[in-house]
Amino acid sequence: MLDMESKIKNLIADVLSEMGVDSSPSAGEIATPQLEVSLPDLTAENLSEQLLVPTPVNREAYLKFKQATVSRIGIWRTGSRYLTRSLLRFRADHAIAQDAVFNEVSAEFIKDWGLAEIKTKCCDKDQFLTRPDLGRELDDENTALLKKSCPGKARVQVYIADGLSSSAVEKNAKDTFLALIQGLKGHGIEAGTPFFLRYGRVPAMDAVAEILQPEVTVVLIGERPGLATAESMSCYMAYNASVGMPEARRTVLSNIHKGGLPAVEAGAHIADVVKKILDQKVSGLDLKK
Amino acid sequence: MRLKTQLSGVTYSFKDLNEVLAKANEEKSGDRLAGLAAATGTEMVAAKEVLADITLADLRNNPAVPYEDDEVTRLDQDSVNDAIYAGLKNLSVAEFREWLLSYETCGEDIIRASRGLTAEMVAAVVKVMSNLDLIYAASKINITAHCNTTIGEPGVLAFRLQPNHTTDNLDGIRISTLEGLSYGSGDALIGLNPVNDTVESLSNILKMFQEIKETYQIPTQNCVLGHVTTQMEAVRNGAPADMIFQSIAGSEKGNTAFGLNAQLLAEAQDLMLKEGTATGPNVMYFETGQGAELSSGAHHGVDQVTMEARCYGFAKQFNPFLVNTVVGFIGPEYLYDSQQVIRAGLEDLFMGKLTGVSMGVDACYTNHMKADQNDIENLSVLLGTAGCNYLITVPQGDDIMLNYQSLGYHEAATLRELLNKKPISLFECWLEKMGIYENGRLSQGAGDASIFFGK
Repeated sequence: MLDMESKIKNLIADVLSEMGVDSSPSAGEIATPQLEVSLPDLTAENLSEQLLVPTPVNREAYLKFKQATVSRIGIWRTGSRYLTRSLLRFRADHAIAQDAVFNEVSAEFIKDWGLAEIKTKCCDKDQFLTRPDLGRELDDENTALLKKSCPGKARVQVYIADGLSSSAVEKNAKDTFLALIQGLKGHGIEAGTPFFLRYGRVPAMDAVAEILQPEVTVVLIGERPGLATAESMSCYMAYNASVGMPEARRTVLSNIHKGGLPAVEAGAHIADVVKKILDQKVSGLDLKK
Repeated sequence: MRLKTQLSGVTYSFKDLNEVLAKANEEKSGDRLAGLAAATGTEMVAAKEVLADITLADLRNNPAVPYEDDEVTRLDQDSVNDAIYAGLKNLSVAEFREWLLSYETCGEDIIRASRGLTAEMVAAVVKVMSNLDLIYAASKINITAHCNTTIGEPGVLAFRLQPNHTTDNLDGIRISTLEGLSYGSGDALIGLNPVNDTVESLSNILKMFQEIKETYQIPTQNCVLGHVTTQMEAVRNGAPADMIFQSIAGSEKGNTAFGLNAQLLAEAQDLMLKEGTATGPNVMYFETGQGAELSSGAHHGVDQVTMEARCYGFAKQFNPFLVNTVVGFIGPEYLYDSQQVIRAGLEDLFMGKLTGVSMGVDACYTNHMKADQNDIENLSVLLGTAGCNYLITVPQGDDIMLNYQSLGYHEAATLRELLNKKPISLFECWLEKMGIYENGRLSQGAGDASIFFGK
């Protein structure tokens, strides 16, 4: 019997060894879980420098051309499908983008900043996404709250709106705002009390302008996220804005995020543009550079 | 024309045909935004029931936008073949649906019937068809067209290669193009959406596409999708374009917002036949999408499916090589989630085919919609099964310029293999010659764009 047992053991060891599995007792022990050790951040990999084709005909040329684009190129395949690494990277980038759209700008963020929170006519995120008409209007209650929170007729009224990316606002709005206020001070311009507008579309600035009647209305608003970044913010500015005015009267600065135009630089730049708008008393296409 | 019915003891009445058409639609956020959607599921079914009883003649006689007010209506009505229409006009929408799905009706019968249809008839029947009805009926219809190669043959699934770039950088566009070719995409078209809509930029990209086509002897067609007027200017200046592209709408007002009318498109077509680089005779390319009219305030109180059908009626006038809906691009205000995008994709494909145009789909979504890559992969299988002429592909589905997601280059090979479809035959021969395809699928070396550079 013992003989038989050892024969079976040997047989199993042979089979496992053929399968590439080490059956020796030390390897059979379960590896200690490495709870403190993290996998590298998938989204930190620079896709332009990553070439997954195992034996390309011309690696050097491939890499050189890849430098010219951030497209997902040279990602190779298994059968006709994506490698797991590429699949997960794509899913990660999309999840980050969707979170930016569907998550709310947090109450803490608004409270820490000390901003009054005003809401458009949208009752939730779903309605905000499907009813752009409601995202540009305020009801009576919010109109009254806005009037109470912010003194009217400021030379410049700056406010923050979530738009299509909460991450963009949380990452960039404060720094941009502070640099903007500092820049305006340098020009001797006082800005009105800022506030936060939830579920705000860009044209909501027209409604805000009719309520508060500033000379220049400035909104910092989250852009629709792409896969490359979910943190991009835009700034729209308009002189004497009013509901129904042509889109061409808005001046826009977009791509405000750490990989594009950094927040502090953006704030300083916006201050200069606002100065020009006040000097020329026009905005949008009519504004001379 | 009866505009009233009862369901479960409740009476539903509608004020006119446009209201019936709108309320009979499957749920779409765009119809709700426009204030046209049925209030309840039961009202929707009531509208479907009323619509099913309407005759094709009633639909002919009540175009969604009046004949006097709208060029799209006039062109659609005036191009109806009266003899064929006479044989169809007494059918109810219900009977028309059953005729389309019947074993007795073959694809050729449907193609003949399409010459007797107006857009409203096409839209109406879709509203009483299920998703599988749409797939099955669409699969019967093969519409071919010829530019440099022939698209739309049975058993063929073609792909547009879309190598968009954030700054129109030529090296970036080139590597994306070669990558797509190395996966077998690009038989429908190598076509770029430019960032810079200038004659110079369009011309530079067209010249590079032409150079790539000539260097590697690729049997396909190219296009750079600027505004029609910019492309015409580029062609007049000698840029080598095989096709002229334009986004179109289902109303004259919508087309005005896009900066075009029928006369301009006729001029573009004429120019391409005289000065374009393609063999022809099909040298036009159009893109559409449910909701485009509403977004420019040009929908005339008409639902987005009916407006979309009118796009195809308009497109047909210019014998296009390609027409595709960019079905999920417009955003959640018009198509809220994957269910709505999938439905719209199937509706659009079938409506295009029933109208008689060479129909493809850009199966896509934006990041502010409740949809993801799995949904769009699902849709691509349905569209392939329904006999879609072509689909659009970008590197791993990520369009870095338009900031939306479509299908990836890889999907071309997967879908063909899965659905037992082939590339356009001349293109398949080329793929085999280049060592990209072997025995009808990707070869060992496929997916390496650097095969085009040599060592």
